[in-house]
Amino acid sequence: MTTAPQTEKIPVTVLTGYLGAGKTTLLNRILSEPHGKKYAVIVNEFGEIGIDNELVVNADEEVFEMNNGCICCTVRGDLVRIIDGLMRRKGKFDAIIVETTGLADPAPVAQTFFMDENVGAKTRLDAVVTVADAKWLKDRLKDAPEAKNQIAFADVILLNKTDLVTPGELAEVEARIRAINPYAKLHRTERSKIALDEVLGRNAFDLDRILDIEPEFLTADDHDHHDHDHDHGHDHHHGGLKHYHDEDMQSISLNTAKPLDPDKFFPWVQDLVATEGKDILRSKGILNFKNDEERFVFQGVHMILDGDHQRKWKEGEARTSRIVFIGRHLPEDKIRKGFENCIA
Amino acid sequence: MTDLGTPLPSLADRARAVAAEGTIVGVHFFKQTPVFVFGEEALLFAAPEGKKLVAVHSGAILASAADGSRIVTGGDDGKLIATNRDGEHEVLATDDKKRWVDQVALGPDGAVAWAAGKVAHVRTGKGDLRDLEVPSTVAGLAFFPKGFRLAIAHYNGATLWFPNAAGAKPDLLDWKGSHLGVTVSPDGKFLVTTMQEQTLHGWRIVDAKHMRMSGYSARVRSLSWTHDGKALATSGSEQLILWPFEGKDGPMGKQPTLLAQSPARCAVVACHPRQPVAAAGFADGSVLLVRLDDGALILAREADGEPVSALGWSAEGQVLAMGTEGGLGSVLTL
Repeated sequence: MTTAPQTEKIPVTVLTGYLGAGKTTLLNRILSEPHGKKYAVIVNEFGEIGIDNELVVNADEEVFEMNNGCICCTVRGDLVRIIDGLMRRKGKFDAIIVETTGLADPAPVAQTFFMDENVGAKTRLDAVVTVADAKWLKDRLKDAPEAKNQIAFADVILLNKTDLVTPGELAEVEARIRAINPYAKLHRTERSKIALDEVLGRNAFDLDRILDIEPEFLTADDHDHHDHDHDHGHDHHHGGLKHYHDEDMQSISLNTAKPLDPDKFFPWVQDLVATEGKDILRSKGILNFKNDEERFVFQGVHMILDGDHQRKWKEGEARTSRIVFIGRHLPEDKIRKGFENCIA
Repeated sequence: MTDLGTPLPSLADRARAVAAEGTIVGVHFFKQTPVFVFGEEALLFAAPEGKKLVAVHSGAILASAADGSRIVTGGDDGKLIATNRDGEHEVLATDDKKRWVDQVALGPDGAVAWAAGKVAHVRTGKGDLRDLEVPSTVAGLAFFPKGFRLAIAHYNGATLWFPNAAGAKPDLLDWKGSHLGVTVSPDGKFLVTTMQEQTLHGWRIVDAKHMRMSGYSARVRSLSWTHDGKALATSGSEQLILWPFEGKDGPMGKQPTLLAQSPARCAVVACHPRQPVAAAGFADGSVLLVRLDDGALILAREADGEPVSALGWSAEGQVLAMGTEGGLGSVLTL
């Protein structure tokens, strides 16, 4: 569908975070640091940025449903128009940053890049970066579904204002984040201070980079061990990760060393996202199909799946299929059984 | 269907090349002089005796319309600017919040309509200013043929408004989804919008009866009525697609005519103003002149991989101007 190589497309970073978390501070930092790059910035109407930049566009966050029978397939129509307009000034900026309102769901922004051909041909989604308030996130996860979506959706999380909490509180909020999303890169920050290459140029939606997500999963296990002291009575562990009974947003990780049958797998996964896609926020996978010398990788946002052969399996590489779903009220047993039935 | 193995008759060698610097997003005419609209800042007057670059906006040019006496442009500098045949320009309006002026339309009586955000503005032929706020951002504007009524495309339909009738309640033609462009048939009986999906939506205005025109391989971005107003030519597929609008039912229950089968997708269409001929510009750089009666083709621009982004005819139809995304202009005098 797209013609320009990934590298020629303008990268787009989506900046989310609940009200007061430090999103605007991060944005101002990105715009004011001497990196020699120019950013076009799409801000929401209520946002205020202190930096004078001629490439700042106010957006209205106009979400609409596509008429394609997919109820969760919502798109930011304003982005379709704004990116079309911005691309008339191609060459005047290196990247685009989309700042959402504190109450925004990141999914329509991400889906815009998959559903609009012109947007997808000229730009690429780089990463969803979420700024979270170390002190208040725990409360917001209880009372604000938007805050939870932003954590679940993130590729990079800045756990900000860490100077305002005790080490124990920090460990607890990190465990809460990890219970929802063990795959995002997590950074502890004060006043949103971070090296910009940790938030920009991440290629998080590039199929070729899906493998890079894995190490974070392993470090999540490490965190968990440190967290033992802070475990409460009602917590227990699932696959090395802390599980909270009051947490409806979870991740499910599946793996098998046995080859999968593509004729079983594709109908299963397509049916799964068609029926559960409303509750599956993100999905990613690396697959080993029988009689196939190449790894197949895929990623998804709600019901939209994007996949391709990536490269040949390397000599001596463990041919393990791995899939991750992040979502709400996921029917874990049904998903696990369905996946096992795909084994060739 | 065209046999792609046989070379088409070609006029491409006769076209005059106009090197432009920057993406061409539109082209209009003052008599025989084509004026290319750039994606940024300037208009290029491309008379045979010499080129003239006129800077009008301090940023992107987002929309343009022309009526033979002026070219009106809207920019991301929040300005609406009119440029005359001598290249003199004046600011017609400035958005008070410096929002993008990204929709422009001209009426037959000197009226001009533009939009910034959710507000459609009209300066009537007499110079009165009117505005109307619609429920979501204005994504398309078109005057009815007589110029009394304005069609405004937005989410979930199009609003029809009489700017001259103070206090008149606008009518809504509703259809769920994002409508990104609008046109009204030359007889004023039908309204058609382009949608985010790969489809057009139409209404018969008298009874708001719906028409769906689908089957495209891409979002439709270019529409043009034939010289007699009896068909609507559209981009968005690997052919030129013509929907019949004769009779009281328009395209309801009818199939479109598919002409100019091409290996590349049609990006821009422009019907000849006097003859049953349409120019179709494709993503591979080719421009075909299509005789609508029998589908005969003449090549007006060779495929060179440069996506065609603008096409325009002079008022009498003797001159065709073509522009590409990469900034290659060409002018063919027939």
